[in-house]
This record gives sequence, structure tokens and C-alpha cells, in this order.
Amino acid sequence: MGAGHAHPLHLDRPSPVHRLAPEVKILATLLFTVVVVATPREELWAFGGYAVLLAAVAGAAGVPMKWLARRASIELPFVLLAVALPFAGHGERVGWLGMSLSVDGLYGAWNIVAKGTLGVVASLLLAASTTMRDLIVGLDRLRCPAVFTQIATFMLRYLDILADDARRMRIARLSRGYDPRFLWQVKAFAVSVGSLFLRAYERGERVYLAMVSRGYDGRLPRPEAGGATAAQWAQSAVLPAAAAAIAMTAVLR
Amino acid sequence: MDDVQAMHIANGIVDGPVSALFAVIAVLALAFCVWRARADLDDRLAPMAGLVAAFIFAVQMLNFQVLPGVSGHLLGGALAVALVGPWVGALCVSTVLIVQCLLFADGGLTALGLNITNMALIGTAAGYLLVAALMRFLPKTPGGVGATAFIASVVGVVVASQGFVLEYWLGGTTELSMTTIAGTMAGVHVLIGLGEGVIAATTVATVARVRPDLVYALRRYRNTVPAAEMADAA
Repeated sequence: MGAGHAHPLHLDRPSPVHRLAPEVKILATLLFTVVVVATPREELWAFGGYAVLLAAVAGAAGVPMKWLARRASIELPFVLLAVALPFAGHGERVGWLGMSLSVDGLYGAWNIVAKGTLGVVASLLLAASTTMRDLIVGLDRLRCPAVFTQIATFMLRYLDILADDARRMRIARLSRGYDPRFLWQVKAFAVSVGSLFLRAYERGERVYLAMVSRGYDGRLPRPEAGGATAAQWAQSAVLPAAAAAIAMTAVLR
Repeated sequence: MDDVQAMHIANGIVDGPVSALFAVIAVLALAFCVWRARADLDDRLAPMAGLVAAFIFAVQMLNFQVLPGVSGHLLGGALAVALVGPWVGALCVSTVLIVQCLLFADGGLTALGLNITNMALIGTAAGYLLVAALMRFLPKTPGGVGATAFIASVVGVVVASQGFVLEYWLGGTTELSMTTIAGTMAGVHVLIGLGEGVIAATTVATVARVRPDLVYALRRYRNTVPAAEMADAA
């Protein structure tokens, strides 16, 4: 069975990046990505500058380049789209190795590969240096509506339990002589998805009643630990500020 | 785990202003969903929606082999709509998308509004409108609700893919023939939708057979049991 979306990307390292408060990392990643996406695609060297910035962060966080490269393969489908663009694009065309390529398409392909890769690597660095729980705490401190952080908290808390439920049902099927192959397995698969839903929903009701009996009134107690210090905000601001400086130089030049 | 590939829009495919516009649309629509979902579940919202979101996430983790070398997994949008309704369903799918974006680098941060609009809003809205319309005519049985879930899955997935076409038309970063994009996206997603539909139909029919009171699509047609009694019965 493939691991689907749930591979844990967190890399436990004793690095200064890991020790930053989650909210400053989330905001820094978001601002950096916005700057990257807003940069005009013709400014080729600016994207090189962004890549150097990310490499510096990866170095500080102790995230190996090989690890990043392997996880970044998640955006391969978009690279394939990018490869098709120079052939499918419209407008002015240039000849290269006997092929007629669209200039707009070439820039478009560059745009997708550069911005997509930088975005994925930035997100990977955030995921590698922040645990699931810290991420929720960070979103909460960034004033994300409580209903979302609560739903996400419950989701992450029970995800592994449900995944284990599904695994146990599969093992139970296999141990009763079931032999899953190709399309024939659809019925057994779908029936077990149905019973997984029943287990999840009924567990939700039990969890709710257990919470009510412990005094739940619609909001969860907030961890009262202090948020990020001014120094941490300043440290994390270096990444988006440097990116913004590169973008400004590129545009004003 | 290396064969996991993004089906979510990455950064740089659609330009900044259009991404921002759809982020605003997504925030407004989700605020409305929270308000309506509260009416469905009141203070049960957080634990129940959390478990349903965990269910959708877990279902997306279950890869199964379709053909040698080709494996697929459910998206779960139409399934969520048929089982828990449009408001809770949209909230759960969005939560899954936000967490996938932040923790698994699947989908660009700046494209989050686009992805939520397509998969959590357009997909579930189309799916739910069909469910609501079809359930008027089809028998209120496991078979009937299964057929509804099948059609809603196929149409929901294809319509959601056309959301991307609309966004690309408004803010695509490269001139392309829109009919080609629309055709390719629709073609690929019809295939995905058919697979999705078969599984969603069987799943919903299974739940309808065992606990029809939990199937949102059937709820209007029967007397509902209060939550406390449901928990006792479980």
C-alpha cells in the first residue's frame, strides 16, 4: 500500500530554524512565496537569487539538498505541463534544433518551473522544520478562525487512528482469504471505506459526548505559552525582506 | 511514497491578482459554510467535522492498484457531500487542502484560494445540487442514493476541473488555446470521476444500508434521530 499523502515531512533537527516560533515561519514562507509569484518572469537572475536564499535557509535548518530534491518531485506533473508549453504556445516563435518554439511558451514554461519549484521548496522547508502540532498553534496565533484550527486539530489527532483502522480492516480481509487484484477489488475496497466512515462518524459522536461531559462549551482551552519574541520576528523577516529587495532591484533596474 | 504527485495547482500557473481574487472568494464562501455548518451541527461542529476531515484524509491515503503500475486514490469530495452535506463537506475538504498545502507541500501557498475554490467549493456545490435534484426522482434506497453518488462524483470532479480552466482563462501565465485546455482537463477528469464514482456509490450504498440516518442525502426523507440517541445506539 502506498503511503498516499500522509508521509511525515518533518525532519527533527536541532537547528535555529526549527527553534523559531511557528507563526513567524508560516508568515515568512507566505510572504516569500508571494514575492516570488509577483516577480516578473523576464527577470531571470532574480529567481537565482531566491534559490540562493532558500539554499541558505536549508543549510541553516540542516535539511539535505537530496531530501529536498526528492520531495520536490511532487510537482512533476506541472513540469510536464511546462515542457508542453513552448510547443503549444502562441505568438512569436524561435527556431531551436530544428523545432519551432513559442517565445511566450518558453517564458511560460520557465515561469511555472521556477515559481513552482521555489514555492515547493519553501513549503518543504516549512514542513521539515515545523511539527503538525506547532503548525496549528502557529495558525491559531496568526488569528486563523478557531473553527478551522479546531477542525484541523481533530483531523490530525485522529488521522493516524483512522488510517490504522483502515489497515486493520485490510489485514482482516486478507486473513480471510481475500486476494486484491486490479479492478475486482473495488467492491471490497468501497465497502470498507463505508465502514471506515461509520467508525469515524460514530467515534466523532463519542468524542463529542466525552468532551461535553468534561465541560466543553464550543471552544478548546488555548495553550497560554507566549508567542514569538521580537528577535524571532526579526530573524524570520530576513528571508522575505531579502527576497523583496531582490525583487525591487529586478523591477527598478 | 515517491510516486505521490500533486494534483493541486502549484505557484506560478495562475498570476498573482487572479490568485488573490480567488483567495478572497474562498474566504467569503468558507465563512458562509461555517455559518451554515453550525446550523447543522452547532457545538458538535469541531469534533464531528474534524473526524469527517480525518476520514477524507485517510481515504486519500488508501492507494489501490487499478492496473499494474497504475494506482489511484479517492478525492472524496462528492462522497463527503452525499454523507455529511455541502456545508460540512466543503469545510472538511478545505481543511484537508490547507493541511496538505502547509504540511505536505502539495499545492502552492498562493494557489490555495484557487484549489479551495475548485475542489472544496465548485466541486461540492455541483455535487450537492445534483444530489438534491436527483434524490427527488430516484428511489430513497441504498441503490438510489448510490446511483446519485455516482453521478454527483463524475459531474463534481469534471466541473471542478473546469474551475481551473476558468481561472487559467482569467489569469493564466501563458497564452494557450482555451478549448484545448478545457478538453484535456475534462477528458482526464471524466476518467478520474468514473473511478471515483464507482467507489463513492458503493461506499454510500453501504452506509445507507447500515445507518441510513447518517446519510445526508437521505436525511430529508426520513425522521432524523437526535444525536444523543444515535450515540447510545452506537
